[in-house]
Amino acid sequence: MTPLHLTHFTATSCLGRGLTATLEALEQARSGLSPCHFDTVELPTYVGEVAGIDAVRLPQRLQRFDCRNNRLAQLGLIQDGFDSAVRSAIERWGRRRIGVYLGTSTSGILTTEIAYRHLDPDTGALPEEFDYTGSHNAFSVADFVGRLFELAGPAVAVCTACSSSAKVFAAAQRMIAADQIDAAIVGGVDSLCLTTLYGFHSLQLTSPGPCRPFDLARDGLSIGEAAAYALLERAPAAVDPEAILLLGAGESSDAYHMSSPRPDGAGARSAMRDALTAAALAPGDVDYINLHGTGTPSNDSAESRAVTALFGNATPCSSTKGATGHALGAAGALEAVICALALKSGLMPGGLNRRQRDPQLELNYLTGNQRGPLRRVLSNSFGFGGANCALLFGRAA
Amino acid sequence: MSTLTGCIQGVGMLGPGLADWSSARAVLNGETPYVAVRTVLPLPGVLPPAERRRAGRVIKIALAVGAEAVAQAAADARTLPTVFTSSGGDGDNCHEICLTLATRDRLISPTRFHNSVHNAASGYWSIAHGCTQASTSLCAGDASFAAGLLEALAQLACGARAVLLLAYDADYPQPLRAKRPIPDAFGTALLLTEPDSAAALPRLQLSLSDAPAATMANAELESLRRSIPAARSLPLLERLAQRRGGTVVLDYLDSARLAVEVLA
Repeated sequence: MTPLHLTHFTATSCLGRGLTATLEALEQARSGLSPCHFDTVELPTYVGEVAGIDAVRLPQRLQRFDCRNNRLAQLGLIQDGFDSAVRSAIERWGRRRIGVYLGTSTSGILTTEIAYRHLDPDTGALPEEFDYTGSHNAFSVADFVGRLFELAGPAVAVCTACSSSAKVFAAAQRMIAADQIDAAIVGGVDSLCLTTLYGFHSLQLTSPGPCRPFDLARDGLSIGEAAAYALLERAPAAVDPEAILLLGAGESSDAYHMSSPRPDGAGARSAMRDALTAAALAPGDVDYINLHGTGTPSNDSAESRAVTALFGNATPCSSTKGATGHALGAAGALEAVICALALKSGLMPGGLNRRQRDPQLELNYLTGNQRGPLRRVLSNSFGFGGANCALLFGRAA
Repeated sequence: MSTLTGCIQGVGMLGPGLADWSSARAVLNGETPYVAVRTVLPLPGVLPPAERRRAGRVIKIALAVGAEAVAQAAADARTLPTVFTSSGGDGDNCHEICLTLATRDRLISPTRFHNSVHNAASGYWSIAHGCTQASTSLCAGDASFAAGLLEALAQLACGARAVLLLAYDADYPQPLRAKRPIPDAFGTALLLTEPDSAAALPRLQLSLSDAPAATMANAELESLRRSIPAARSLPLLERLAQRRGGTVVLDYLDSARLAVEVLA
């Protein structure tokens, strides 16, 4: 594929608002996870909660979109001047030539969960003010962002669970390659809600402590939340050597189980291989891999098999979910931004909370920060339903 | 700007009074009158027994229309990348989860949880058919059919030989139904292939448009089109049924419609 330019990017997670806070936390090996006190949840687990979401106010004309997820979407958009970058892209390309491709898994379903506590005792009806389209529906976040910038191009939410906001890069790339748009706002927004907290708990996949990806005694994930975006545009012929490019994307399906990965990692491997093929690169060309690394026993072992089968055990790898938690539908975009930061700064963030190596996991897992000149990095995202996606990013020079 | 294009090799359809593509085609080309009856969803026999028991209405309708389109084209489902698109997820499942989360113990079942993901139908399809090809699951609210068609043709433009598009919606139970009044389940699937694969197939060309969306002359079909997002495909399916060329404008976003030129 023809590489695309990430002309602007930003991330807001439990590590903080924007790139500086995110990079600082990674440099200091600081985790944003804390014991769960979210809403009325009573579960022995840790979460990566973004501070200050409740104080965000949406513009008056878009009040129907008011919900925790869209407040987080807006909070994320105004960091690092991302909103201004979108406005200048509109100047360059026009409103119809910019697409909106956002990943989410639960969108504003928290609003529905809370509304169900307030059903009319006589009729069972939802509260009058409950707005399904503005909050609960998965499209709500992409619709909100498109309307915020008054765009008139294609807009869609990609909802493939935990690979949602990785797959948006691939979808937007195709629309640019097919000359339907010139640029796209790609990203992911997912926020804490009871469905995912109690749901992952029901599957016994939440850790009682901060998650410990790739640890011998790893015992589950910590759910996080995030809004992360990139502005994807056609790269000019003479691109700045510092520029960050999307070089390739690979997607596959496990065809195995709804909530467990294929133990041999074959689906994950084929997504990574396709990303390399799209970029016309070999495994040895990749300097660092940001793993999906959720910290559940089966996910990490399947991913380890997939990575070592394709890359051997030399390529430095880590999961940043010990720092950010698993932002589910926003994880792909959050980790894409972390990869872009890695390419800019040379930082390969060490995976947090890995106390004891699991001898079954043979990859080169970084437990402390390392630096190196990084030219190309890979980001993995795998979701329920066996929806796999790998993204390859690189520096222009 | 180049145009997105693709040929239609197979069609699947299931909706109120539209039991499959051949009976729907007879209704849409005027051979038989439209008789509204509630959508009957077949058991997905293609799934292993455990998964079959767990499959809700959206999964059943998606698997049914997909299988019909693939069978009609005598294609191999294992080789086909898929684009699933739906305006919402499994409403019954979502309702049960929200009810449980509003109680004291809040213990939702693992199956309910994994079925709550928007890509559940895609997961079940890939398991049922042993399909390891790429699959995406989209939601664009009322615009979901057009969004899926754009994605499927963009995949063809980027080198896919064939793509299976599955668009489907099912009704929500109360109290969500009052807020999202989708009356019944409706689904359609299109097996889209690269334009030069077979000259005799109907061919589509897409572009964004500001023109108003086409409507259905039959009032009951028009009511379906307006009330079920996946049924916004009906004006296109009508043209395919009538083997009639020309441009049909499909509902998409508030800010754009999708003009589909049919070369029959």
